[in-house]
Order: sequence, then C-alpha cells, then structure tokens
Amino acid sequence: MSNENFFFHAFIYLAAAVLTVPISKRLGLGSVLGYLIAGVVIGPFGLRLVGQEGQDVMRFAEFGVVMMLFLVGLQLQPELLWRLRVPILGLGGLQMVANVILLSGVGIAFGLSWQAALAIALILPLSSTAIGVQTLTERGLMKTEGGQSAFSVLLFQAVAVIPILALLPLLTTSPAAVSAATTSSSLAGWQQTLLVIGTVGGIIVGGRFLMRPIFRFIAATRLREIFTATALLLVIAITLVMQIVGLSPALGTFVAGVVLAESEYRHELVSTVEPFQSLLLGLFFLSVGASINFNLVFGQPMLVLGLIVGVSILKSGVLIALAKSFRMDLSQSILFAFALVQGDEFAFVLFSFATQTNVLPEQLAGILIAVVALSMLLSPLFMIAYDRLIQPRLITQTEDRDADEIDDNENAVIIAGFGRFGQIVGRLLLANGYSITVLEHNSAQIELLRRFGWKVFYGDASRIDLLYAAGAAQAKLMVVAIDDSEQILEIVDLTRKYFPHLKILARAVDRRHSYELIRRGVDVIQRETFESALSMGVEALKLLGVRSYTAHRAAQTFRHHDEEALHDMAAMEGDDSALMARSRQLSQDLEQILQSDEQEIKHEVDRAWDILAQQKEKK
Amino acid sequence: MDKPNRILVLFAHPALEKSRVNRQLIRSIQGMESVTIHDLYEHYPNFHINVKLEQELLLAHDIIVFQHPFYWYSSPAILKEWQDLVLEHDFAYGHNGTALRGKKVLSAITTGGTQEAYCRKGHNYFTIRELLAPFEQTAHLCGMEYVPPFVIHGTHQLQEAHQIAPYVESYQKAIAMFRDNTVDWQTLLQHKHLNHYLEHVSNTLESPLHVQ
Repeated sequence: MSNENFFFHAFIYLAAAVLTVPISKRLGLGSVLGYLIAGVVIGPFGLRLVGQEGQDVMRFAEFGVVMMLFLVGLQLQPELLWRLRVPILGLGGLQMVANVILLSGVGIAFGLSWQAALAIALILPLSSTAIGVQTLTERGLMKTEGGQSAFSVLLFQAVAVIPILALLPLLTTSPAAVSAATTSSSLAGWQQTLLVIGTVGGIIVGGRFLMRPIFRFIAATRLREIFTATALLLVIAITLVMQIVGLSPALGTFVAGVVLAESEYRHELVSTVEPFQSLLLGLFFLSVGASINFNLVFGQPMLVLGLIVGVSILKSGVLIALAKSFRMDLSQSILFAFALVQGDEFAFVLFSFATQTNVLPEQLAGILIAVVALSMLLSPLFMIAYDRLIQPRLITQTEDRDADEIDDNENAVIIAGFGRFGQIVGRLLLANGYSITVLEHNSAQIELLRRFGWKVFYGDASRIDLLYAAGAAQAKLMVVAIDDSEQILEIVDLTRKYFPHLKILARAVDRRHSYELIRRGVDVIQRETFESALSMGVEALKLLGVRSYTAHRAAQTFRHHDEEALHDMAAMEGDDSALMARSRQLSQDLEQILQSDEQEIKHEVDRAWDILAQQKEKK
Repeated sequence: MDKPNRILVLFAHPALEKSRVNRQLIRSIQGMESVTIHDLYEHYPNFHINVKLEQELLLAHDIIVFQHPFYWYSSPAILKEWQDLVLEHDFAYGHNGTALRGKKVLSAITTGGTQEAYCRKGHNYFTIRELLAPFEQTAHLCGMEYVPPFVIHGTHQLQEAHQIAPYVESYQKAIAMFRDNTVDWQTLLQHKHLNHYLEHVSNTLESPLHVQ
C-alpha cells in the first residue's frame, strides 16, 4: 500500500466513523451499529470506497479485539474471576453444551454430515465480546445481574475458542487436508500441549515478576509516551508470541491483563491502552460491515433470513431458559439473552479455518459468515428493543436488584496521594470498613506501600482519563492529599468540571492555598499542619499549668475562630485586585490572624466555661 | 387561628445509627412546618457547644423539646453540657435572666425498662416524673412551663416496625397539636404523662363519632 493510498483509506475510514457514529449515538442506536452501518456504506456493496484491501484492514483491526481482552483482563481481578466461577462455568458451559446439541441436531436434520453440523454448532453459539461488552457498558447495564451473567458467558467463550480451534481439524472429511492444516505446527500432540501450558505459564510468571519491575523503571522516568510505548509493546509482544505458538492472541493478552490487574499500574495501563483499543475496535466493526457479502445474501435471501431468525431464536431461547433456571427474573433474563444473541468475531476466523481444513464447503461458510455479520448488525436493535419495550415494563421488578449489584472493584472513595497525609485518611477509612482506591505518583513510595500490603495504583491524578479508570464516575468522595499545591488546585478543578457529583476533600498546603480552595467551593478543606500544631499548643498550655480541659476548649475556640477568619478573608480577597492582594498578602495574613485572635480570645474569656461554673456555684 | 407555635427539638442520641425508636420518632417530625430539629451530637461531636447560636435558637422558638433516650435516669451527656453552657446566668435565670420566660418545655424520652419498673415496687423505685425532676425544676427556674413528658417504655421489646408505629404516630400528632395550639393545656397538666392525655383526647374524639 503506497503512502497516498494509506492516507486515502485512513481518510475514508475515519470520515465514515466521524459522520455515522455520532448520528447513530444521537439516535440512541449505540456506537456499534453506527460503525457497522458506516462499514456497509463504504464497503463493496455501498459506495465501493473500500474493496479487497478491506480484508487487510480487518486483520489489522482484529488487534482491537486483542487489546479489548487485555483491558477486560485488567479490569478483572483474580478474586472477581473466582467469585464469578459459578456463572462462568455454569452458565457459560451449559450455554455451550445446550446450543451444540440443539444446533448439530438441526444441522443433521437438514442433511449436513455430522462433522459439518458439529463444526457449525461449535461456532454459532459464540457471541461477540466486543459488541456485548460495548453495548452493555454504553447503557450502564454492565453491573446488573443480567450484564454480569452475560459477561461471564463471554469469558467462558473467550477461553472455549482455543479447544474449538484444536477440535476443528479432527472433523475434516478429507484426511489430506489435515496434514496440510497441521503442518503449521509440526509438533506432536503432547508437545503442542506442553507449548501451550508453557506459554500461558510464561505470561503469568512474567507478568507477575518481570513486568512490575519494568513498569516501575519506566514510571520512574516520568515520560508518559514511554509508558504508552511500553504498554503497547507488551500487548504486541504477547500477540506475536501467541501467534507463533498457534494460540489466540486474545487469550494471551487476557491472561496478561488478569495478571497485571493486581499490580499498581492497573489504572494507568487501562487509561493508556483504552484510546487505541476503542479506535481499533471501531475499525474492526467498520471492516465487519464492509465485509458482508451481499451477493450471497441476495442470492439466497430466504435461507439467510431463516438462518438468522432461527439461530437467534434458538440462542436466546437457550439463554433465557438457563437464566430462569439460575433464578434471574424475567427482565434480567431477557437482557442476558439479548446481550449474547449476536454472532462472534471469532466466528469469521473459525469459519475460514473450517474451510481451509475442508470441514465446511466454501459456499456454506460464506453464507454463515454473512449470517454472523448480519446478526451483529441486528444485535444493537435487540438492545434498543430491550431499552424501549421490555425494560420500562419490568422496571419495578429490577429496581431492588440494581441496588445490590455485584461490585466490580469500584470504591466509593478515591485518595490522590498516599504520603504522610493521605495514609492517615486512608487508614481511618479502611479501619471502619470503607474500601478506597489510592492513586500515587511516586513509584518508590508505591513499592514501599505495596510491601506492607497496601493496594496503591500508579498514576498522576491530575489526568482525567486516569480518574475515569480509577472509577471517579462511580465514586462518592475525592480526597486530594498530594503535597504539591498547584497540582492540588489542578485536580480540584478537573474533578469539579468532569465529576461534579464528587464531594471533594482537599489538603491545603498553607493559608494562601486555603483561600484558593475556599474560592473554588471545595467541600472540606484541611490545612495540613493546623491540627497537629493546635494539639502541640494544647500541650504547651498544659505544661504552663492550664488545666487540661480548659486548654482543650481554648484550642477548640481558637480553631473555630481561625476557620471563620479564614473564610472571611478568602471572601475579601476576591474584591481586591489580584496584584494588590498578592503584594499585601503575606504581611496581611499574619497581622490579621494575630489581631483578630487576640480580640476574640479576650472576648471569649468573658463567657468562658469556668467563669460560668463559678457563677453557678454562687447561685 | 393564631400564629403557630415554633418548636425547637433538641435531640441527643450518641449513636443514632443504632437507634430504632428515636430514629423513627425524629424522622416522623422531620420537615414539619415551624419545627426545627437540632441534632446536638451531630453539631458538636467534640462537645464544643456554640453558646451564642444556641441562645439565638432558643429565642426564636416557643416550645423546647428535649428528645433523647433515658440514660442513667437522665439525658445523654451532651444535653447536660448544653444546659451547663447555654442556660447562662443573666440569660436564662437570675435577676436579669428573663429570656426564656413563658416558653414551654417538653421531655420526649425512651426507656429500656417497662412502665412497671418505674414505681416503688419496681426495680427503678422512682417514677419517671420523680426522676425527671431536674429537668422540671430547671424549666421552672428559667420561668418556663414544664409539660408532662412523652415517654416510650420498654424499647427493648419494641423490635418490629408495627410495634413502634403507634408511638411514632402519636408523637407526630402531639408535636402537631403543640404547634397548632390545639392542646387543652389545663387538662394536659392534670396528666402524669403526655401519652395519657393523648389517649384521653382520642377517646373523647372517637366516642361522639361512634354515636353518629
């Protein structure tokens, strides 16, 4: 592909996406459908702006799916996987078994050989992770019971692709092709197995022990683009290795993601990889749209239509029946089924693999690919039907359920900065049973904290994408406890702009900084040294012979007054011109505190508690 | 109708999140017109009571309600601290201390023990009215009228919502009557507890209805 050509095609793809997706989103159809339609429009059966090279683009864009599974893995911690083991194995496994039995039965009844019927029955039940996850997240349904169950099934399927790939060559009707297909890996069966175990094990061990030091080293350079490059390098390296050993790259990156989900770089990795993943995934949907062979569809419209309807009914029937037997209520069962009704992007890979190995005739595979692509095109429509028709009717039943949704590691409190200040806040919250998400910029500090068993994530909290990845959209409180005054203001501004629902608790470095924070309307402001200095003052008073309780109360009065004065002066500051204020600030600060406090304390003595007590005794 | 009475509920419960009865009582009068609820433990977690603000609050209301669980035959500690600090000489009592004259004071309390426990034969020996004497006398010294208390006994036995509901309802009704001044104060003062008066009122109200 020449340079000009490359730019021309990039222009076509991007223009199609930019024109179609926002419209589709605005119409409530979701982004996936937008991409697919854009693909059809620019494809060989639309405006013919892309032709054969669409296949290359698709192969490239499949990398988006690989990245998506890396991200899915990153957001899944081993604990969560373990907690979902019942739906993953139960729902996922049963879904597969039931569909394979039913579909192969139907295939044989229609006169296919059992091998071909079984091959089709293994491929068609798979559902697209890309579409499923995207549509569920877009609608905020990911955390509902139905959403979580759908996700569990998708996870099972992601792993199931591997044995299916291994099984397909065994179903061939012409043995000659087997040798052709298996020459790619000239190893014996047990060697192949060892290789697979070795590779996956290597990713787990490498991810656990090798990647953390590397990321720490990279993070210490504080060069963002190098961190990005490292993250991409990791994903690409795993993809290459997996391709060499003949495994699904998606599985490899998924495993790497799960391993790294435990590390402090989780949120940083998510926010780094996400933009690439989203773009590539969009490209992938575009090329799926462009690759639908409408000649085949229009050649046998009734067959294609029948297949789509038949397969959809069968799949959703199985899913709803399963959901019911797992005690989900009706609306969640339907959501679960509709999220999984579409075919899978892996089906394209598997069908072409099945033709290569002579399991399926090319004609049939072509039609089935079209069926899968069209079912992907239709799946957003199912979700729209769910949104508009089903959910409103069943909403009363789901209301209670939504409240105690499965938690997906998003905590209610985000603490930015976990040094001397943030640690105390965090420890108090943890001791009282509240879980927190901690962001820290200093990789040496993270290393230390992790050694003591703290869960801390690497990242600069003044980056909006990182805050998203840390769950700021779902959190309730944002504790800004870093020590850089400028950066605190920056984080406060960002939080107020992008997450106005968050209550902000900010550390104030000095008086001037407090004014800035007060003027920004920060909910809670705490001067970093004020409370400890005040306590020291109390101790000093006590050593001077003041009774402990009196000293304590004097300190409280002082605090109360000082905070009032702080707010007054912050308000005054706004009236003055900025320059005047700055020049007078420091001297004014000190003078005003001393003067006003002296007055106030005198005042306070008149009605102090011990005076009062004496009066009462006289009574 | 006259202007409604403004009611200040001084509420003291150190662990509201664990309370069953008081939480429901306070919720039932929340947002009522002319009723101010002032949660002392929430405002002053370190007992640093803002005397000036409290005195202003008192001045702005006609009826003061001390609502609290009955701890060691008295109120939770913060209410005592509140009395010590807010009811100052020359404000609440003393020669020039006339700020509170003519206001009414009501205690609304909950006790773990049963009604039977609060009599000579019971294990608390003294009656509720006897034990509430410090509150009553404090009111008198400040020139305020102490009305018979609203008492919920045996809160340990009140586990279910339907057991608590009747009390909540009558508390809400009592506060509304105080506010709207639909209380026959003379008759009320003849009763030991506000609860008895409320029963009396609802009986006399119901009987003519039954006749019809």
